[in-house]
Amino acid sequence: MGAEEIQMIEGRALPMRGEDMDTDRIMPARFLKSITFEGLEQHVFEDDRLEAKRSGHVHPFDEPTYQGASILLAGRNFGTGSSREHAPQGLRRWGIRAVIAESFAEIFFGNSLMIGLACVTAPARDVEALMALVDRDPKATLRIDLKARTCQAPGLTIAISIPDHVRDMLMTGAWDTTGLLLDRYEEVNAVSARLPYLGGFSSSPR
Amino acid sequence: MGNTLLQKVWDLHTVRMLPTGQTQLFIGLHLIHEVTTPQAFDALRQRGWKVARPDRTFATVDHIVPTRQRQRPFLDVMAEDMIASLEHNSRDFGIPLYDIGDERQGIVHVIGPELGLTQPGMTIACGDSHTSTHGAFGAVAFGIGTSQVRDVLASQCMAIEPLKVRRIRVTGQLPRGVYAKDVILTIIQRLGVGGGNGYAYEYAGDTIERMSMDERMTICNMSIEGGARVGYVNPDETTFTYMEGRPFVPQGEAFERAKAWWRSMASDADAVYDDEVVIRAEELTPVVTWGVNPGQSIGVKERVPANTANQQVSDALTYMGLTPGQPIAGMKVDVAFIGSCTNGRLSDLREAARIVRGHHVAKGVKALVVPGSAGVQKAAEREGLDAAFREAGFEWRDAGCSMCLGMNPDKLEGNQVCAASSNRNFKGRQGSPTGRTLLMSPAMVAAAAITGRVTDVRELVEDVPAGVR
Repeated sequence: MGAEEIQMIEGRALPMRGEDMDTDRIMPARFLKSITFEGLEQHVFEDDRLEAKRSGHVHPFDEPTYQGASILLAGRNFGTGSSREHAPQGLRRWGIRAVIAESFAEIFFGNSLMIGLACVTAPARDVEALMALVDRDPKATLRIDLKARTCQAPGLTIAISIPDHVRDMLMTGAWDTTGLLLDRYEEVNAVSARLPYLGGFSSSPR
Repeated sequence: MGNTLLQKVWDLHTVRMLPTGQTQLFIGLHLIHEVTTPQAFDALRQRGWKVARPDRTFATVDHIVPTRQRQRPFLDVMAEDMIASLEHNSRDFGIPLYDIGDERQGIVHVIGPELGLTQPGMTIACGDSHTSTHGAFGAVAFGIGTSQVRDVLASQCMAIEPLKVRRIRVTGQLPRGVYAKDVILTIIQRLGVGGGNGYAYEYAGDTIERMSMDERMTICNMSIEGGARVGYVNPDETTFTYMEGRPFVPQGEAFERAKAWWRSMASDADAVYDDEVVIRAEELTPVVTWGVNPGQSIGVKERVPANTANQQVSDALTYMGLTPGQPIAGMKVDVAFIGSCTNGRLSDLREAARIVRGHHVAKGVKALVVPGSAGVQKAAEREGLDAAFREAGFEWRDAGCSMCLGMNPDKLEGNQVCAASSNRNFKGRQGSPTGRTLLMSPAMVAAAAITGRVTDVRELVEDVPAGVR
């Protein structure tokens, strides 16, 4: 394993309002046309950012005060849609190390865990309170304590949720699973030996 | 107390509980394509690992391939790089590849079933969220990201959390002009795009039981649009009839043994579910999406929401250029797209061709039909469907993902409106950051192509069939 042990994530936050934020928006498909993940940080929310610019707004990812933020605050069902790992890869490479959202789409959540991007949830009102705090004070430092399951901000501490095993995987650096899956491979062979379809159903089913 | 198919397949494929608290699950079939694998193969090389089961791994190209002018090298240098990378990786690691020009090439979720690779009782993984499609056969099929592709390549296993099961029973006769696509769009609209998080969806009930395999695939395909990573239908005689004689399906006595085992993997009559939902087929109508996620849909006779106090609704209406409360029927379309892993199979093309016969694509509408696989293309051409579409003014293309996602030359331009038989209407999904997508059944896309507007197919064609064919 030997992956980074992630127990505490401390940094400034970036509020990204909106529900059902899909991975096509986080990382438009044209940027998947590459054989590496390098440079994806440049294209996070690219189309939304261009659209904001065109209509005279500043997208949170272009907001100067949010540059260098490491905690993303998001709404319900964040990361819905396509299974593209390019979405969490882009966020991670941009500098995001944790996402606090009301809820996550399942594949996005799993993909994020695989690359050590911590996804934690909190009730909508608490996420909104954090967003409001960051709106008022973009320089505020937030601290996610995975062990205590809290997020502390100046004058505000909220409880966060994260499944036990996901928390443990992050805290012990066990989030890179390939090594684990290759351990005790004789047990894998025992499973494949009992699957009739792998033998072309050449003998009677069990 | 009986078990669900999910539980049976899960138990049979469980290697062990990992110290992380996850289940190590053996994957019976790994399907790969050009977009989500290059980084996974790189990781294998860096760590000096081999592919554990090249005999259970199959590759094809679909996302980035052009659907015409397929000479190599591709005009798009980056696309050429990606396909060359998959060719190189498949060769190096001994994985069969159904490449451009191979009669088995096609969208990964179309060729798996077509070749008989997809079978009941299997676990299947693929670096694409629409892997849920394969559940139509009673397989448990997961869409995964690239790091998990790396895991499956290296170990033929994945680390995963257990799922709950929600049974969705669809009962009764579907009305005229209402298809499998309308059923799944309705399910997503009712349960929400995040409603299936943490669940596998088991589709059951007499309506589903009467459906063909193509229709069941359409339903399972879009499970993920409702947040359910896995969707499945219990295997039955329809499943076995579809499978018999396909290249990777056992033959003769082995087929009989296989059927007995496949039947045994179906959910027991007394299985217990974590949740249950009933959908009455009689109540359904042809559905069109009006917004920017697949849950934002209405019946073709209905009006788009008028409630602009809801920010999400109001943003979606603005993006789509719709006036709150306006009828969706009559909305002008610029492009009509029939194809994709949702609705690019032979029966989809047959139905669309039946609608367009004797009609012509409206002036100013660009209409294309993209078969889901080279196999579908060949079968359709044998029936003369290509000629029927061409005569009606459609373009007839070669197999690939095409205009479902903006990764190949087939893209929307500017803020064009596209009537699409695909699965996602996200902002920018079809390759133009301001492009607009209306999801609907292939028959409804055909009708929109002909009139140039969102049209109730039942009004265009008198003999639209009643319910499941």
